[in-house]
Amino acid sequence: MSAWVWFFQLIQGVMALLLAPLLMGWMAYCRARFQHRRPSSLWQPLRQWIKLFHKEVVLAELASPLFRVTPYALFGILALTAGLVPMVLTDLPLSGAVDVIALAGLLSLARVILALAAMDVGTAFGSLGARREMLVAFLAEPALLMVIFASASLNASTSLSKMAATTLDRGFYLYPSLAFSGVAFLLVLLAENGRIPVDNPETHLELTMIHEAMILEYSGRHLALIEWANALKMLVYFSLGMVLFFPFGLSRGGSGWEIALSFIGFIIKLLIFGVALAILETVSAKQRLFRVPEYLGGAFLLAVLAILLHDLLGT
Amino acid sequence: MPHWNPVPFAQQLLDLFAALLLLIVFAMLSQRRILTLIHLFALQGMILALSIADSAWLTHQPHLYYSAALTLGLKGVILPGLLRRLIGRLGVVWDVETLINIPTTMLLGIVLVIFAFNLALPIAHFSHTILRNTLGIALASVLLSFMMMITRNKAVPQVIGFLAMENGLFFAATSATYGMPMVVELGVALDVLVGMFIFGIFFFQIRDTFDSLDTRKMDHLGRD
Amino acid sequence: MSPALLTVSLILAGWLVLALGSLVLTADWSRRLVFPLCALLSMGLVVACLGHDHSSVDTGYWPIGLAGEVTPVRLDSLSCFFLILLGLVSAAVSLYGAGYFRDMSQTQPEALHRVTFFYPLFLASMGGVLVADGAYGFMVAWEVMALSSWFLVTLDHDVLAIRQAGFLYLLMAHLGALCLMVCFGWLAVNGDFDFSAMRQAHREAGSASVIFLLGLLGFGAKAGLLPLHVWLPEAHPAAPSPVSALMSGVMLKMALYGMLRLLFDLLGHPLWWWGVVLIVVGSLTALFGVLLAALQFDIKRLLAWSSVENLGLLFSGVGLTVLFHSAGQDTVAALALAALLYHALNHSFFKGLLFLASGSVLHATRERKMAKLGGLIRVMPWVAGVALIGTLSLAGLPPFNGFVSEWLMLQAYLLRPDFPQAWLDMTLPLGAAVLALVGALSGYAMVKFYGIVFLGQSRGLDVTMVHDAGYWERSAMLWLAAGCLLLGVLPNQVMGYLNGLTQTLLGPEGRVSVAHQGWLWLTPLSSQRASYSPLILLGLIAMGVLMTWWGVRRTFHGRYRRAPAWDCGYPAQTWRMQDSADGFGQPIKQIFEGIFGLSRVIPDPQDPAPHYHSEVHDPFWSILYKPLTHLLERSSDLLSRVMRARIALYLLYSFLTLLGLLALVTGSVP
Repeated sequence: MSAWVWFFQLIQGVMALLLAPLLMGWMAYCRARFQHRRPSSLWQPLRQWIKLFHKEVVLAELASPLFRVTPYALFGILALTAGLVPMVLTDLPLSGAVDVIALAGLLSLARVILALAAMDVGTAFGSLGARREMLVAFLAEPALLMVIFASASLNASTSLSKMAATTLDRGFYLYPSLAFSGVAFLLVLLAENGRIPVDNPETHLELTMIHEAMILEYSGRHLALIEWANALKMLVYFSLGMVLFFPFGLSRGGSGWEIALSFIGFIIKLLIFGVALAILETVSAKQRLFRVPEYLGGAFLLAVLAILLHDLLGT
Repeated sequence: MPHWNPVPFAQQLLDLFAALLLLIVFAMLSQRRILTLIHLFALQGMILALSIADSAWLTHQPHLYYSAALTLGLKGVILPGLLRRLIGRLGVVWDVETLINIPTTMLLGIVLVIFAFNLALPIAHFSHTILRNTLGIALASVLLSFMMMITRNKAVPQVIGFLAMENGLFFAATSATYGMPMVVELGVALDVLVGMFIFGIFFFQIRDTFDSLDTRKMDHLGRD
Repeated sequence: MSPALLTVSLILAGWLVLALGSLVLTADWSRRLVFPLCALLSMGLVVACLGHDHSSVDTGYWPIGLAGEVTPVRLDSLSCFFLILLGLVSAAVSLYGAGYFRDMSQTQPEALHRVTFFYPLFLASMGGVLVADGAYGFMVAWEVMALSSWFLVTLDHDVLAIRQAGFLYLLMAHLGALCLMVCFGWLAVNGDFDFSAMRQAHREAGSASVIFLLGLLGFGAKAGLLPLHVWLPEAHPAAPSPVSALMSGVMLKMALYGMLRLLFDLLGHPLWWWGVVLIVVGSLTALFGVLLAALQFDIKRLLAWSSVENLGLLFSGVGLTVLFHSAGQDTVAALALAALLYHALNHSFFKGLLFLASGSVLHATRERKMAKLGGLIRVMPWVAGVALIGTLSLAGLPPFNGFVSEWLMLQAYLLRPDFPQAWLDMTLPLGAAVLALVGALSGYAMVKFYGIVFLGQSRGLDVTMVHDAGYWERSAMLWLAAGCLLLGVLPNQVMGYLNGLTQTLLGPEGRVSVAHQGWLWLTPLSSQRASYSPLILLGLIAMGVLMTWWGVRRTFHGRYRRAPAWDCGYPAQTWRMQDSADGFGQPIKQIFEGIFGLSRVIPDPQDPAPHYHSEVHDPFWSILYKPLTHLLERSSDLLSRVMRARIALYLLYSFLTLLGLLALVTGSVP
């Protein structure tokens, strides 16, 4: 049994690496469809990155070692987090190493490293992007922690597997507090992944960009690694959301069939999520940057309200 | 293992509606646009109606169904419609400016919620209805609507605040006692409707007198 | 006197001897001897205290004291912990000092002499505070600590700003000391000022509360709690960097020590509302401190404000402990207490490290303003490397030490038991929300600190002249950086040590059991509840990064080419186009504008040479201190009106006073 579990741990890591570009491709596909454009292939992101890997890296003259280490560090950290969040099985041998708070910490570690690297070359856009990223971060991070707090109060645990298992045991149950923190989580997810109301992942327009501004100086394999890491981050957020709010479909081990079934379940959830996000991005417009604090303040408030509701309704 | 006692689905739904009502009041508190405010108010009326219908289902009290239908018609459709026509006729398209900035309002709102919950706690112990948990939420939404009236300086948002407060009171009444007798409810509904007409007339009066709907200008009534 | 206590006493005496000995040596020799010997004694202190058993309490007397009395001293697990903290940090700072003051032996031998005299004295006085077991001994050590650090702060007393900062520091230190004296006076039992007598006494809730509030004022003034924080961001940057490191890293913790000693040892049974007061004051201080830290453009002031923040967090942790303890939830209280003590240790390490790194920057560039710095990573790789560790630790990121204590603190907040006061249940999450916000904001401040100072292009400074830190400095900073990493990845060892301490303070129930799954896993309460394994995490991160690197290199290639920065193709790029320190703080300024005083000068659109200027003020000056000084001035005006008269009138005053006193005396005689 033990060997199997380690095997699944490994499988999940590899699966996450592959699923992340596919998720990106799927979202681009859906968005193109909704906007009446001709969609590109699902494999397009992966193809693009492989092309980038083959290219030579052009380093800015001033770039320090920090700048060069960052893409690897970023990719390593995010691949690690993607390997640790339960996606198919509730319990993985290594998922005890980080609980959900430590997971949030890892995500912010990745962000801080990237922001520092963006400031390294000393260009106008780099520091602008870093500043905006940190602005989003210092508002989104407490909101995320409050979301986690609400779920943790409900499940009396911050361990990822335990939270998922408790919710599974309980069966389907309408929790107002979970509903609130779920919405808050969605808002945070959009902000942290640079999606539409906060940032536009598709433009290089000075007024809108946050994430793109930070990675302007990167090229070749460095750029590919960072973009891949970014896709992994989306996947991590998605699976974290599933663990916190909708772990149904996760398997607790058992037979191979069950695991295969829960894997299919995960894929279906991922597909639905992609469609939903694409709809959301199609119908909404990007906000002004200085509306972002209010947007994320709203997420924070929702999460705090969720905790209060949890106490009040006694559920 | 966390302690939780499974309750029927209708009850879960009710809790959810109560939470949504609170959320809507917060959304109203933070809203800058007047049209959205009216939409939120309509949504509040609808959810109120749904929650009453739900409690009717849960407690098998048919008269609550009528009450729900009345609420839906009056607060979900008629009043918002009236308000929308009113602002159309008045030609008010401006955004609402608040007296205190929105984050501070939100913080005050959270404090009010905690206060209201604690206020409701001893009352809830006496009450034996299944809805007692929601009493705190009802109280909180009354207080929050009141605060919304205070923090706005235009007449229309203030009136919406007033109506939202009435919604909160109504919800409190339902959650504490399974609703009032039908006669009382009809009377209240009529009152609200009449009140709305009076407000409508009042708006035009204010605008004709001051060329504005800013109630701050009414400070000078005595001196002019 | 037990061997451990004797060793500690001898080490403190050794510091005193060093202080006196430095007087007879030349400035250069005193630098060469005093600092390394101080470091040696510090290490000795750590060893002596680590060997001390938790359950045993050693008491003894020092044969010195006021009016021929003796001074009672005591070594228990609480003072041991803080002595270890003192030893670990002061060892590094002393090593650093040996190199840092090198230049001064030629240029300012007199000032150097002052340092070598007051520095060991400062160390000894802090040790004295920790072992004193009576109000007399405590207050004397406390005052010596304040004065010796004051002399170190005002080392460059030719500078007006430093004189002013020093004056403010002296004033606030003495206001605090005054409160403490009244506090101890109230605590004293029948004129007995020994702590042992105070422990035995039974107190009414009312008088205990007065004592608590006085203690909060006294220790709060030292810790820089709102609104008594004003001296801290002035005094800490004014001192030479090693002294700033010691003040921020260790001296502020003395206030924490005092508070813990007062609450859990001398008073015994804290009331629940004290906890609420502490949480509110601490959280507000933390929030305010981190906001102002994010807005500073002087590196040392930024760090000083961040110390205000961290002390706020520590005191809110004390509040949480009190709250849980008074509700009878000692296991949770122990978790909160262990978390805050852990954080105290962590803060000493990373703040000490960052102050030392900023000292090296200052030494190499002669510049403290962020507006002039930048790009130092390329000329000072050593300093930049260790400062990165300090930065990530301070920002509370895994797998470094700041994260562990933050994690534990959040776990303690999560475990809120049912309080008798229902509203507390709902208010506590707000405390956790503040903690989360403060953590995220400190990340912001630290990215600003590191990004502006070490990264980017140099802002007009000639970096070719800049040199990296010397060997003494490097070893000191490496020591602290290693501490940051080790404290981050081996939390169970630290928690195991703290376990004994929490039990002595909170009673037998106050256990922190964190090793349910072996030493690798930090599992407070139970493994089902939460677990965190930083060592495994570190290993996985390292593995992930290396495998990525290896995989990419293996599958593809490692070619690269250097070229000018692209920056969206803008041709003319100068260092002026990067964010300035001011610019980086802009979002914070915009969002929290209402909180602090902000004065802006916005240039006219027609102005050919526009100059934008904005300045952030600490609002407490205008709200609290200015009115206070006005009041003082007005009352002294009134007084001077009374005093303006001739000699006859003065005599009349004396005469009337005499008559009044006599009347009082006759009235009281039956």
